[in-house]
Amino acid sequence: MIRLTVLLSLTVWLAAGAASHAAGAPPSSEVARALADLTIDDADKREAAVTVIGQTRDPKWIQFLSGLRDGSVYARTRAGVTELVVGGSKATRGDQDVIDIAGAYDREPLGTVPLADLKEVPADRRLRLVIKPFLDADETKGQFADPDPGVRRGAAVKLGNQAAAGAAPVVEEALKKEGDRWVRHALAEALALIRLANGDGAQRAAAAQALGELHSESALPALQRLAADTAASATEREAAVHAIRGIQRWGLLTRTVETLFQGASLASILLLMALGLAVVFGLMGVINMAHGELMALGAYATYVVQNWFRAAWPAHFDSYFLVALPVSFVVAAAVGLVLERGVIRFLYGRPLETLLLTWGASLIIQQGLRLWFGAANVDVSSPSWLSGGVPVMVGLTLPYNRVFIIGLATVSVAAMYWLLFRTSAGLRIRAVTQNRAMSSCLGVRAGVVDATTFAFGAGLAGLAGCALTQIGNVGPSLGQNYIVDSFMVVVTGGVGKLAGTILASAGLGGLTKGVEPALGAVFGKVAILVAVILFLQRRPAGLFATRGRNAEA
Amino acid sequence: MPKREAVALGIAAVALTVVLPVCNLLPASSPLAVSNFTLNLFGKFLTYAILALGLDLLWGYAGVLSLGHGVFFGLGAYAMGMHLMLEIGSKSVYQSALPDFMVWNQVTALPLFWKPFHSGAFTLLAIVLVPGLFGLAFGYLAFRSRIRGVYFSIITQALALSAWLVFNRNEMNLGGTNGLADFKTAFGFPLNHVGTQRALYVVTAVTLVAAYLLCRWITLTRAGKVLVAIRDSETRVLFSGYSPAAYKLFVFVVSAVLAGVAGALYAPQVGIITPAKIGVLPSIEMVVWVAAGGRGTLYGAVLGAFGVNWIQSWLTTSYPDFWLLFLGGLFMGAVLFFPDGVVGALGRLTARARRLLTRTGEPGSPGDRPRVALDSSRARRPGVLDRASGAGPQLSQATLGVMRPPSSEQ
Repeated sequence: MIRLTVLLSLTVWLAAGAASHAAGAPPSSEVARALADLTIDDADKREAAVTVIGQTRDPKWIQFLSGLRDGSVYARTRAGVTELVVGGSKATRGDQDVIDIAGAYDREPLGTVPLADLKEVPADRRLRLVIKPFLDADETKGQFADPDPGVRRGAAVKLGNQAAAGAAPVVEEALKKEGDRWVRHALAEALALIRLANGDGAQRAAAAQALGELHSESALPALQRLAADTAASATEREAAVHAIRGIQRWGLLTRTVETLFQGASLASILLLMALGLAVVFGLMGVINMAHGELMALGAYATYVVQNWFRAAWPAHFDSYFLVALPVSFVVAAAVGLVLERGVIRFLYGRPLETLLLTWGASLIIQQGLRLWFGAANVDVSSPSWLSGGVPVMVGLTLPYNRVFIIGLATVSVAAMYWLLFRTSAGLRIRAVTQNRAMSSCLGVRAGVVDATTFAFGAGLAGLAGCALTQIGNVGPSLGQNYIVDSFMVVVTGGVGKLAGTILASAGLGGLTKGVEPALGAVFGKVAILVAVILFLQRRPAGLFATRGRNAEA
Repeated sequence: MPKREAVALGIAAVALTVVLPVCNLLPASSPLAVSNFTLNLFGKFLTYAILALGLDLLWGYAGVLSLGHGVFFGLGAYAMGMHLMLEIGSKSVYQSALPDFMVWNQVTALPLFWKPFHSGAFTLLAIVLVPGLFGLAFGYLAFRSRIRGVYFSIITQALALSAWLVFNRNEMNLGGTNGLADFKTAFGFPLNHVGTQRALYVVTAVTLVAAYLLCRWITLTRAGKVLVAIRDSETRVLFSGYSPAAYKLFVFVVSAVLAGVAGALYAPQVGIITPAKIGVLPSIEMVVWVAAGGRGTLYGAVLGAFGVNWIQSWLTTSYPDFWLLFLGGLFMGAVLFFPDGVVGALGRLTARARRLLTRTGEPGSPGDRPRVALDSSRARRPGVLDRASGAGPQLSQATLGVMRPPSSEQ
């Protein structure tokens, strides 16, 4: 039950009275009656009145409804006739409050009157809910003219979700003009949703069929209601059931594609991490436990560059990321170089020792980051060109940041291949990997090769960290979250073959995202560990084991 | 066992099991008095030392580096903790027969796997069997497929991570992040009583001595020799007709059981066991105890567990920010400058001192041995003398060439 103010009950006797309008287009008798209904204490009648006024689609009446919602519509009784006026600015004159008033329809100024002579027409929550779709429809009309397809699409989705009967003409009109494929789809979906909610039997059946063809995931609740509705005809229910089945099949397809995509983006991160690890391990037999911290350094370098841009060039903030990419590479590579030349080179070929040594280095870097930047996560905002996504199919939008990471990993792999197999530096790296002593004898400076390769691997980790800022939290323990996973990639892939690393990261990334929906993140990790151990039963040295004399016997 | 070691062990055993508890009985005014706090702290260190012994047997002798021993420690500690939780009974905060955390988690009936832990005998058995069988299964899969070297280390680290994640889950009914705590009695004895704590300390000290004797005995048998041979060249051991996997599995299970026993003694003395003791960092910290003390000596592991944890309890209270920096530095320093730990460094120092004093220094004299061992290790570094590439067998030799084979001490 709606509770109206007691004051309003005074005007009940005016129920049949007609409002008079001084100027402008006189309201039709229907609207006039509705205006009168607004002042009575009957929620249903007031709602009906708002609907009548709203359906005129007259911008001026829509503006009036907006005023009604905001509580600036008043009733004024003059010579026994009640009329509605819109209040303007208030002032205090002498000992009474006064207000500027204007005509309800054309906003013609009607002078300033004491506030006490007016009665506010209240708009409670229920009435505001009735008003909202009309205002939204009016607002979306503006949005449908927006040049950005994203805005137009958002407006269509909003109208579809509200499914208010009044919005149908707006949507139809917009659909006629629309050129963009995805916006057209959203508009058609909105229209069908509106018809499904408000149409008659035949319209509902047609709408259900249309929604099925549109693969509308958001229509599922309404369709399920219709399918279970005993009052609906058999045709309608059948159409609904058919549509539900189609939509669910499509949903399965989109989820599969989405999982594959998420797996690919996780695999890209793992690949960026594991590339450096695997090459360094193959070359020097060094297990670099500080690799994760090098990644964290890359992420913090991105953070610093971002802050720097924000302070110095706020106008070019979006391009900070383009600067951060090389900076994070260089920072991580420099630290990697220091680590290699400073300590690791004394321990070549002693993997267990380097494992402990680099773990120690990782603790120091991690604690250093914590002391310098604080223990809390820092905020890295995405540049505008990496937010949003590209819609590839109905119900599936691929976020740009993940697409970017996949691209970055692809480019990195290509660069790595080029470096290893197309340059003389790569030739030397491969030579030292195969036979360090013989390469040294033939004049390859193994120390230089080691240092540059290590720095390059570290730089790749830095790049991974930079990319990671776009999809995850940046904190001092960032590296710890990924290091174990990337080592699993190295173990699974085998040492010394890029193809193994690529395949293993794709496999583990895909598997992780594949089992996560069923098992959850934690038991998914356990399942991955079990899978890796079982896999190693068959191939103890990973996917692509080194064979022949160089292999560990 | 060499005579010198036997004498030292005897002295240490008497000091730990008799002298320290007796000093604890003295009134606080006495200059020799050991406070309850110190005794409890020592008890904790002794449990760590038990674990370090097993780890040293595995790493220092068989050359298998496990980065997941926190898991076995945790299994033992949780087995004991579950019994202690059930012993609380309805004296808990919620006065329910169920442990408090189950009441919070709206568990209405005791899960099936908790029920046997009502029995003290079963618990004692589980403390040995659960880590032992788990180690057996894991080790079997790993060693059978010849996962070794860093591969094994990485797999065990993944094990530590997974176990940590699993123990953190509330639906495991093991207390989640908060773990098991608030124990009242252990096998009927009130834990807040000084006498109980003292008895627990004595039990721990005796266990440590027994564990030391067990490990030393293993290293002195033929199996111990095979372990050292596996460490130095697994391939040659394989070609000589031994099965390295079986020996490694045996020593892995022994060290897992020792870790489990250590955990079981840890839980009642410290009064809490949480997943934080299981994860990647605690597991690798255990390795640094052994590395800092000195691998392949057993007593080095005990000294390392004591020393590192003593420094930790001092640093984490006085300079909490610097503990991780120190730990990282310790990792790096132990590997770079003290490859044979404090024990090896001391040995070298005394050898040099003796040489300076006597000015004889014949090569091969007992005092000189550590220096020779170090020199030979340097010569074996691949950077200097290299035969093949990659993680070949020469790596494991070089890795462990740093250490003196303990059998040479006989």
